[in-house]
Amino acid sequence: MRRLTSVVRAVQRFTESRNRSKSLFLRNSGRKTAAHFSWNCSSLLALAALVLLGGCGEPQFSDAEKKTIASLALNTLPSLKPDTTNQYADVPAAAALGSTLFFDTGMSRDGTVSCSTCHKIDRQFQDDLPQAVGVSRTNRRTMPLAGVARNPWFFWDGRRDSVWAQALTPLENPLEQAGNRAAFAHYIKKRFGERYERIFGPLPDLSTVPASASPLGTDAEKAAWNAMPTGQQDDVNRVFANIGKAIAAFERSIEPEQTRFDRFAIDLATGAKPVGDAVFSPEEVLGLKLFIGKANCVTCHNGPRFTDNSFHNTGVPPVDGLPPDRGRVDAVAQVEADPFNCLGKFRDGDESACRELRFMVKDGPQIVRAYKTPSLRGAADRPPYMHAGQFATLGEVVAHYSKVPLAVEGVSEVHPLDLSERERAALVAFLKTLSE
Amino acid sequence: MASIWRYILAGLGLAALLVGIVAAVYLTLPQAASGPDISRSKKTANGLFVASFEPERGVVRQGELQSWLLTLKTAAGAPVEGAAITVSGGMPQHDHGLPTSPQATDYLGQGRYRIDGVKFTMSGWWQLHFGISAAAGSDSVVFNIVL
Repeated sequence: MRRLTSVVRAVQRFTESRNRSKSLFLRNSGRKTAAHFSWNCSSLLALAALVLLGGCGEPQFSDAEKKTIASLALNTLPSLKPDTTNQYADVPAAAALGSTLFFDTGMSRDGTVSCSTCHKIDRQFQDDLPQAVGVSRTNRRTMPLAGVARNPWFFWDGRRDSVWAQALTPLENPLEQAGNRAAFAHYIKKRFGERYERIFGPLPDLSTVPASASPLGTDAEKAAWNAMPTGQQDDVNRVFANIGKAIAAFERSIEPEQTRFDRFAIDLATGAKPVGDAVFSPEEVLGLKLFIGKANCVTCHNGPRFTDNSFHNTGVPPVDGLPPDRGRVDAVAQVEADPFNCLGKFRDGDESACRELRFMVKDGPQIVRAYKTPSLRGAADRPPYMHAGQFATLGEVVAHYSKVPLAVEGVSEVHPLDLSERERAALVAFLKTLSE
Repeated sequence: MASIWRYILAGLGLAALLVGIVAAVYLTLPQAASGPDISRSKKTANGLFVASFEPERGVVRQGELQSWLLTLKTAAGAPVEGAAITVSGGMPQHDHGLPTSPQATDYLGQGRYRIDGVKFTMSGWWQLHFGISAAAGSDSVVFNIVL
């Protein structure tokens, strides 16, 4: 704003002096007026130089830019809302059991894979691989978990609608933990029976439940599941849902941490002079200005988590050798069919918590090859990028958004940015401030 | 010779004056003057109804699922009851639709309909299109919302 005001003032002064030079011109000789004109020009140049120099010292942002920067700072993150669909979400014993289960490799078919195999605690709960490897290699990049409980949708394509429904999915995915819900129920009873019952109440009678059975498993597991009476299926599903609810209670504690950017943003908002690492280099300031301006990053990467929690086709290319991947458009039917979704019978609380599911977009070209906007907090420390690890560096990501190839299917929402090399480097420099 | 230069200089001076005035006016004009019509109450396209569209809780919050109220009156001011309402929309400058599928979920009386499931995920210019069918006939209306 300050800079705009100076420009306006300079323009006003320019018009005033033209007026004056016009009246002088009418009275005096041409030579004198020409001299006056040149004096005006040099004063104007001096003024312009001052305006430019002002921009090189203290970082200067317009009021609109300041407002946007403040909206990205972590201190604007609201406190975590209660999850009424999981009555154990804030029960400490449930979170403790959830944490045990999260790190327990017993929670898999062959006893070698846990949630933490891919969601590594010392790596922002991700695994640095282009595609996650559980029992076998999957077709998607592991997502980090900071702030996960704030998501309306889970996985890159949003095929689950709660943390607890999400946590159940890898447990039975043949490429991830590859287990089955009947086996998990037996395992919980054997290993954690007492802890489970203190939180969730008595375990059901599992004596006649097959050792392995699931509606999603192998043919033998499916057959065993279908042979079970409905009441028994419900009993096993209830234990299975509670496993998810315990893991979700643990995951709620994983939240984003303050970064250099947040310290800079708070100082900017309060007018305090940044000190120490809160000082941004001119390159980082340029990157921030591009991020919230010309480069349009903030259009989708908005709010204190740098995500709009929505799905977009940005023309990210597919990976050779992986199965066809159409993103959100194929996830709609999956989340609708999930018995553990918000509208299903394993939800606690009432249906008013299910508005995201109820009002989701179910079809249309905009959800073809659309993937969730990931948070950018900590992103600089966790290459590779995109839903299948397509890009090895942030430089490649920024280059992708700068040149914008056509989408292989559907329509990319991104318009070419044509950023210079210096601008691309500045954006990467800014993104690093979200990891320091 | 001197007089020609005098006129040329005068011409230059006047031209500079004009440029200066135009620049000053352009820079000081409020930005909203060139934006879309953001009125929250208007006649429908064919003039069958007067429609008003307001957030139910008064404020628009980016990124949150919200309910809005669509109030329908006839041109004579009578509340429109029993209307069938379809909702669509998007961001004209981004070539994409709405991030959710809002629906008319409840009739609250006095021509007021609850439109639930509205979410604006980013700042900018949004449009909501309503198709309205009632006893008086069918009409449509578009509301612009700028965040």
